[in-house]
Amino acid sequence: MAKRSAPEVNAGSMADIAFLLLIFFLVTTTIETDSGISRKLPPELDENQPPPPVIKMRNLFTVVVNSNNDLLVEDELMDLKDLRAAAVEFLDNGAEDCSYCQGAKAENSSTNPTKAIISLVNNRGTSYKRYIAVQNELVAAYNQLRDREAMSRYGETFISMENRFNDARTTQAVKDKLKPKLEIIKELYPEKLSEAEPK
Amino acid sequence: MSKFNKKKGGELPAISTASLPDIVFMLLFFFMVATVMRENTLMVKNNLPTANQIEKLDKKDLVMYIFAGEPVDRYQATYGTSAKIQLNDKFAEVGDIQDFIYQERASKREELVPFLTTALKVDGESKMGLISDIKQELRTANALKINYVTKSGDAVKSNQ
Repeated sequence: MAKRSAPEVNAGSMADIAFLLLIFFLVTTTIETDSGISRKLPPELDENQPPPPVIKMRNLFTVVVNSNNDLLVEDELMDLKDLRAAAVEFLDNGAEDCSYCQGAKAENSSTNPTKAIISLVNNRGTSYKRYIAVQNELVAAYNQLRDREAMSRYGETFISMENRFNDARTTQAVKDKLKPKLEIIKELYPEKLSEAEPK
Repeated sequence: MSKFNKKKGGELPAISTASLPDIVFMLLFFFMVATVMRENTLMVKNNLPTANQIEKLDKKDLVMYIFAGEPVDRYQATYGTSAKIQLNDKFAEVGDIQDFIYQERASKREELVPFLTTALKVDGESKMGLISDIKQELRTANALKINYVTKSGDAVKSNQ
């Protein structure tokens, strides 16, 4: 009997099948962009809660955004691009016993970063884009100070330490080492950002 | 001499398409690995604002999404042009948020409930009034961890 070679399978339609699958996945899936500014809301007010402690005016940095998206910082009109520097200056003033502050120690600004509070008030007509931009700048001010402090103490920025801490690939031993460092920095520059109910 | 003569009337050789499936499969695998299934069909405009002090939201299964913004053109005839909230695949009112949160909590394992985060995907042009209402509802439902989902980019420049 003559040897017959096996007939070749026609693979011409393979490309069509693959294209079909490809188009299906292109249509039904998305590349998710899930990152953003994390915040914690204050818990619902309790009726028989003790009244809040009195805060000195000099320890309060008021930021108001009105319905025309104008920015009013400490009762003065300000450009968004100057907000970060102004917030840093306020937080880092350190007029009273703050060894790590590098601010001007002015009489009319905050006494200590642990006491300084930024109050953000927005109007119901403020656009969300503007609100996020203001939030972003204020968070950036805190991060800038924390980075500086972490850099001088541990030789690594706060952000990169935090990223490493949140990374799932970091081992538990490294995480245990990072945690107290992060907590110290957070204690030196606590993020005290208060939001009033919009008017 | 005929060695160097060009063939006359010869057909063009067919381009081999044998490697085409391989190329397409490669693309297919890339998309299968790099993307995730779309869970919600967006019924609102969702041009997210930009920010650069952002944190990544990992653990996708522990995130609840609330969308808000103007309805897309297709729904504007029915629902108008004022900003609306979208929960799952439906338009919702502010009052529905609490129920939504309780439902989401009930569908998760009990020990994971404290880690649930609410991600707000809100159109940049919406007004803060709506967002404040949403936040107030979330406070009442005791869902305090929130994340304003943004694109990454310079926030100051995009606001000029």
